[in-house]
Amino acid sequence: MMLAIQIILIVVLTPLVGGLLAGFDRIISARVQGRKGPPLLQPFYDVLKLLQKENIQVNKTYKFYVYVSLLFIILTAVIMLIGGDILLAIFVLTLGAIFFVFGGYASQSPYSIIGAERELLQMMAYEPMVLITAAGLYMVSKTFFIGEIIARDVPAIVYLPAVFIGFVYILTFKLRKSPFDLSLGHHAHQELVQGISTEYSGTELAVIEITHWYETIISLVFVYIFFVTSNPISHVFAIIACIVVYLFEIILDNSTVRVKWQLALKSAWIVTGVLSIMNLMILSFFKF
Amino acid sequence: MNFNTKSPWILHYDGTSCNGCDIEVLACLTPLYDVERFGVINTGNPRHADILLITGSVNDQSIPVVKQLYEQMADPKVVVAVGICATSGGLFTDCYNVVGGVDKVLPVDVYVPGCAARPQAIIDGVVKALAILDEKQNAMKK
Ligand code: SF4
Repeated sequence: MMLAIQIILIVVLTPLVGGLLAGFDRIISARVQGRKGPPLLQPFYDVLKLLQKENIQVNKTYKFYVYVSLLFIILTAVIMLIGGDILLAIFVLTLGAIFFVFGGYASQSPYSIIGAERELLQMMAYEPMVLITAAGLYMVSKTFFIGEIIARDVPAIVYLPAVFIGFVYILTFKLRKSPFDLSLGHHAHQELVQGISTEYSGTELAVIEITHWYETIISLVFVYIFFVTSNPISHVFAIIACIVVYLFEIILDNSTVRVKWQLALKSAWIVTGVLSIMNLMILSFFKF
Repeated sequence: MNFNTKSPWILHYDGTSCNGCDIEVLACLTPLYDVERFGVINTGNPRHADILLITGSVNDQSIPVVKQLYEQMADPKVVVAVGICATSGGLFTDCYNVVGGVDKVLPVDVYVPGCAARPQAIIDGVVKALAILDEKQNAMKK
């Protein structure tokens, strides 16, 4: 019973927080550019508007994929927030991302196919690091269960500082921020139209937006795990860390330009590879 | 409650404009005017747009493009003709290749005259268009 209430709360609250974060993001971005920016609730207005729009259908199947993608992303959020298995969460998260790519291929517009290809490249760039993060957390705590990882005395960040930096590096892909917003950035609309979401309109576009809110929160939960310990005060620090990381991403987004895919892929592999291998080697040398 | 007045996404198409009006449209996005205050996003995608902003007159080359863009937009949608060229053909009416204003091809909802139309006038036009968008949304519900 408790679990059911918890799950319902997670499913309802996660997108609300994610949406607020997106509104916050847009205001900060505007301020960085010297503008006033939209109201805080703007992302919700956008989604509600999209729900009221006409439904256009370009073919029979392509809409199905975004709903499946949303389903898997919700599942990931639930697994992570009830303290479940981090490996399972990562695999389900990947599945959600893959279905989103399928949606891009299925809509068959040249723009969405380019978007889908770029999304696959991005996944290639960030996926290894996500797995290494899980491996690192396992080395520290000898368990894959988030509930147990965060119930230790020393936060994981102490043992895994370089892995954390590597994870923040690939967070830029996950949050679809410049310089790695190759597939569907808000800034790429002139060259790519809108990448994967080109052919989606109305309700499905709203679903894509909500999926992204969930994904933002999921990404920040990874950051959170690095900082939390059995001490209740640590939750405050973890939330501050999440906010700092998110602010960093917003400022990075506004101060860099999109890079070519070669650079995105190579730099992601080199940076995350070097950092995490070094970190894990030192860790295995001294601790275990 | 209709939310389209709170989040109008704009698709900007350049018919055969001299670029004067285009620059004024972009000026609306700059810090001085900042239309994002009203939730306006300049999308490059007709499927996501609510308002079609056309600058410049249309000619035989651009007619099919303009029509296609309009058809690809999801209802409710409005068309705003920005600049005197887009409203009537303006200075170029007598040119052999110019067909005339945008209303020769599409049902234009708001005309924003001026050469070039000032950013204030364009924002005014968009706000007028929002009222029409709202009416269309209500009509759609019925
Ligand atoms: S109205 Fe004037 S500024 Fe605008 S496109 Fe026509 S000629 Fe250029």
